[in-house]
Amino acid sequence: MKRREFIQQTAAASALIGLGGMGLTSFTSATKKITILHTNDVHSHIDAFGPDDGRNPNQGGVARRATLIEAIRKDNPNTLLLDAGDIFQGTPYFNYYGGELEFKLMSMLKYDVATIGNHDFDNGIDGLYAQLPHADFDFVSANYDFSNTIMDTHVKPYRIIVKDGIKIGIFGLGIMLEGLVDKKMYKETVYIDPTETSQEMTRILKEDKKCDLVICLSHLGYNYRNIPDRICDLKLAKTTKDIDLIIGGHTHTFLDKPTVVKNMEGKNMLVNQVGCYGINLGKIDFYFDSNKNKSANGTSIVV
Amino acid sequence: MNYKHIFLLFCIVTFSACTKTFYNTKIEGKQINISDSLELSQQIEDFIKPYRAHVNKNLDSVLAYAVDTYSKRDGNYNTAIGNMMADAVYEESNPIFKTRTGDDIDFVLLNHGGIRAIISKGNVTIRTAYEVMPFENSVVVVKLKGAQVKELIDYLVNAKRAHPISKLNIVLDAEGRFKSAGLNGQPLDFDKTYNVATNDYLYNGGDRMNFFQTNQGVQVLDYKIRNVLIDYFTKIDTLSPVRDNRFIQLKN
Repeated sequence: MKRREFIQQTAAASALIGLGGMGLTSFTSATKKITILHTNDVHSHIDAFGPDDGRNPNQGGVARRATLIEAIRKDNPNTLLLDAGDIFQGTPYFNYYGGELEFKLMSMLKYDVATIGNHDFDNGIDGLYAQLPHADFDFVSANYDFSNTIMDTHVKPYRIIVKDGIKIGIFGLGIMLEGLVDKKMYKETVYIDPTETSQEMTRILKEDKKCDLVICLSHLGYNYRNIPDRICDLKLAKTTKDIDLIIGGHTHTFLDKPTVVKNMEGKNMLVNQVGCYGINLGKIDFYFDSNKNKSANGTSIVV
Repeated sequence: MNYKHIFLLFCIVTFSACTKTFYNTKIEGKQINISDSLELSQQIEDFIKPYRAHVNKNLDSVLAYAVDTYSKRDGNYNTAIGNMMADAVYEESNPIFKTRTGDDIDFVLLNHGGIRAIISKGNVTIRTAYEVMPFENSVVVVKLKGAQVKELIDYLVNAKRAHPISKLNIVLDAEGRFKSAGLNGQPLDFDKTYNVATNDYLYNGGDRMNFFQTNQGVQVLDYKIRNVLIDYFTKIDTLSPVRDNRFIQLKN
């Protein structure tokens, strides 16, 4: 992957792409498309909000999300479904079933990977562990060291999934638990610096494992305007390299569109978050071409 | 572009076509709203149904009967619903605290903003407890020195809000200034140490109740306020709390 530029719909950009297109027509060339779907902070919102809800009437609901995801998968089988944490807590379903229904439904929707949010410790680390048999998907977290807890070996730092020959590396990041979650809930879980962890992860995924795409599933939060020292997705994006997409959570941030951020090498990448409570589904399509000319002109980002 | 460049381009294209290396050329990102224009997946809906039925049946199980409708807006310095909540915290938590420490809770302080719904006249259900207390906050008992208890009283005097209290008694004069504070008919002794039951949100500085920060220890009871209410409602048949004299302003 070459220099990546955020190309607005300008005449210059069209001309460059046109040139690449000329090369394409002369030789056999193949294209591939990977679709990344994502949710965050669903907080046990299994049912849609009712028609009388003051804020989000008739929004959300797992049964509707399932229909949408199925349609997208039908359109592109090379689709991944990810969640950025805080699956638990927010409706009586969690209080009654402890997260069983949330995990079972996510398994039915064929989620591939999720990371762990602070509220996923709300029934303690033992409560989270107890629900794992209901999850037919993987948890990733690279900066929580669970080795002295019951979750040891049940959470991987990253997962690599190959779709249509495209190698996708996904690593997870969790928020600092001290001061946010009671120690007796997270027990001996050790929080490790997210920036350093990301540098290690991108080295492994990009350099060692040669991933075509690197995705960070983060529960750090989008941005903390009043606490500039606190690590957040925007800051992580600017201070790291080789991450193509950060899918965030925690701050329940509703964005009009994904945010384009220049990483430490000046390359454009995306940070996205889709609010909360299953009101929205994020959809990021990555297009690949075997014709290098197309990418030599930079990856265009359309948001 | 000269011929050398075109040749180079030709080589690159040919090479990449043979080895089938793929390059990321374009990224498109958007979000899709989950609205009622989407059809329900029947398979998912059928799977949720028994869970939903069980939760709803349980939430709607009747625990008590409310003789009136109670709102946190009914009263200036104390309200019937707030008094009920603070009293319930005392009654349900004190036996647990006593078993663990051999000590008694001296008084209870909650926050007015923490009463999240009214209790309507009629059946009181588990759903009522969820509506009044949707948050997961639980009871903590904080040991405070007299100086911090004085700060706590000052806070309540200045706030002039019906923050729920139990066992504590505060009287303001006709001008709204502090007149007296007592416990079980005795004036508060600011040289003494008191066991104050509250919730973990306030203990951690919620509603700027910063006086909890300087403390002589805390007992976490692992007892959610919502469960306090459910246990309290289960115990009683009729819910008929009243506004009383626990926090008042004297008239001229």
